[in-house]
Amino acid sequence: MSILPQLAFVLILGVAGFILSKRIRFLRRNILLGKAETRNDQPENRWKAMLLVALGQQKMFKRLVPAFLHLLIYVGFLVINLEVLEFVLDGLLGTHRLFAPLLGGVYTVAINVFEFLAVAVLVSCVAFLVRRNVMKVERFTKPELKGWAALDANLILVIEIILMFAILTMNATDQILASKGDAHYLALGPLFFSSFLQPLFEGLSTGALLVVERFAWWFHIAGILAFSVYVTYSKHLHIFLAFPNTWYSNLKPKGEMVNMPEVTQEVNMMLGIPVESPTPAPAEIGRFGAKDINDLSWLNVLNAYSCTECGRCTSECPANLTGKKLSPRKIMMDVRDRAEEVGKSLDVGGLGLADGKSLLGDYITKEEINACTSCNACVEACPINIDPLSIILQMRRYVAMEESGTPAQWNAMFQNMETSSSPWKFSPSDRFNWADKLKEEEIK
Amino acid sequence: MSTYQVPTMAEMAANAQTPEVLFWVGCAGSFDDRYKAVTQAFVKILNKVGVSFAVLGPEEACTGDPARRAGNEFLFQMQAVANIQVMNGYEVKKVVTACPHCFNTIKNEYPALGGNYEVIHHSEFLQQLINEGKVTLQGGGEYKGKKITFHDSCYLGRANEVYEAPREVIKALDVELVEMKRCRTKGLCCGAGGAQMFKEPEAGKKDINIERIEEALATGAQAIAVGCPFCLTMMTDGIKNKNKEAEVKVYDLAEMIAKDMGI
Repeated sequence: MSILPQLAFVLILGVAGFILSKRIRFLRRNILLGKAETRNDQPENRWKAMLLVALGQQKMFKRLVPAFLHLLIYVGFLVINLEVLEFVLDGLLGTHRLFAPLLGGVYTVAINVFEFLAVAVLVSCVAFLVRRNVMKVERFTKPELKGWAALDANLILVIEIILMFAILTMNATDQILASKGDAHYLALGPLFFSSFLQPLFEGLSTGALLVVERFAWWFHIAGILAFSVYVTYSKHLHIFLAFPNTWYSNLKPKGEMVNMPEVTQEVNMMLGIPVESPTPAPAEIGRFGAKDINDLSWLNVLNAYSCTECGRCTSECPANLTGKKLSPRKIMMDVRDRAEEVGKSLDVGGLGLADGKSLLGDYITKEEINACTSCNACVEACPINIDPLSIILQMRRYVAMEESGTPAQWNAMFQNMETSSSPWKFSPSDRFNWADKLKEEEIK
Repeated sequence: MSTYQVPTMAEMAANAQTPEVLFWVGCAGSFDDRYKAVTQAFVKILNKVGVSFAVLGPEEACTGDPARRAGNEFLFQMQAVANIQVMNGYEVKKVVTACPHCFNTIKNEYPALGGNYEVIHHSEFLQQLINEGKVTLQGGGEYKGKKITFHDSCYLGRANEVYEAPREVIKALDVELVEMKRCRTKGLCCGAGGAQMFKEPEAGKKDINIERIEEALATGAQAIAVGCPFCLTMMTDGIKNKNKEAEVKVYDLAEMIAKDMGI
């Protein structure tokens, strides 16, 4: 038997592996454009968050219909990929259905399960295409989801549908060949779903069947490898990044804003409070707040790359719901797009961060960040614990402290607070007046 | 007959006394005409129950929350560090406040600056008093059997996961608690958080408080209960916008309890 298919297989595998490793290095470098931050306290709670939220899909189930459809695709992805192991071994060894003789009847059951899941994935993908393109669910029609974002989503669904058809076609033709007594093909027990496809191929000659079966096999495995490379260019990265992203969840109360110790030091000095252990001045004085991705934490950029643009955040955002420009999903997409831009520029020896552009200004406007009520609805809604609010608040810090560019009414509020310790213009000496009348009132 | 007492920390310290709990009034509770009534109602309850408490009075300053959310970290920390110095000076251990923004800031953000206190929101405090039997409700008040809806404040709910205490307080009033479509973790903001209270909203189709008040009105409730001064303002403005002031009232939890206690 010719060794040519095996060589071709090794070549495809090698090329895919090479491109993938290059892409992974690119993504890793981009994510690490963000500032260093250590977040590995409470490891037991981090594993728990990952198990419940990423593996267990807990937060998806706030919306039952998409959660159920997504679960089918997710389980299908996990389980059908077990079969990929056999594909790879068959490809390398020149065997066919390597595990079938070893597993006997169990193998047929497994293939039937895979076929069921393939059909489930297929149905779910069609349903998702309908939700996006026919029903036009509102969160999929927002301005940030035009162009590439919409195409990306549809491409993924179509690719998955084609891949599932390839599996079913392969099984159908494989079993016809087996029933014709081809020595290379094993007759398995009845395969429920692919048997419906058999009538399509029964009229074909053995030669034609062989071509169809081999084509489906190669298409499926090459498709999976191509898909895994495509994922690294796509919002579909969430299938991997959801896991680290949930492990690195913010476990503190959502209302807590991160302290800025560099400010505390100055405030203590201004108020004449002795600083116990003054930290040495940093070698390079960083910016207050965030103007570009390198001012954000690497965790913010990880969040951005993990985002699958589902838009649950935006659909719960009070500002967006009432027609303001702010969309938490767009904030995440902008962070990712800027990281991509800087990364690509660095790869070709370009200016990178020094290209004269920045996240705030060229991607995100003040109007957007000023519209946020910091209500945490977006953070609560995210199925994988992404935190758009953290990014918005860091940018507000930049605007207030580096640019003095906050809206005039906020500046007035700052002034009131500075002069009378209240956001409103009241005399501090009147602060306790509310009690005057009460102190004269008799207790009933 | 005695009158209501509103001791300050300074007076107590002068008499070598330490109260069990500091009532943090907040700027709205001190200056906003509508919320002053809530402050007074809560103080009446504390007096009636005999809780050992004090306020900071003129020594209190804004927690700095709106400055921080608007990006001015310097101003926030100036306020926070000064407040912490005052509170630590009085050796404050426990703080109760009727403002979820003050609650969140003192509870979650003051520890990083050296202020460590047990902080509870007045809804939790009221629930405890009711559970301990210290507040006895007559249950036949103005709202007996009527429909009341509760508006979750973001800084109480999602920010700090206090969802049930205010509901327990309302249920103790022998009323029918009806929920809005978006409640608890999905509660819709009133529009005032994140320093929005202090500026006009950005251009859009609608004001957030109008969106929320429409949802509240859709429940058919005769009153909207809140636990936050900003929410109270936004909901009240929403009701005015819809010309429903006569039919639907907006109350803080403490006011409802005080009224039911007949004080």
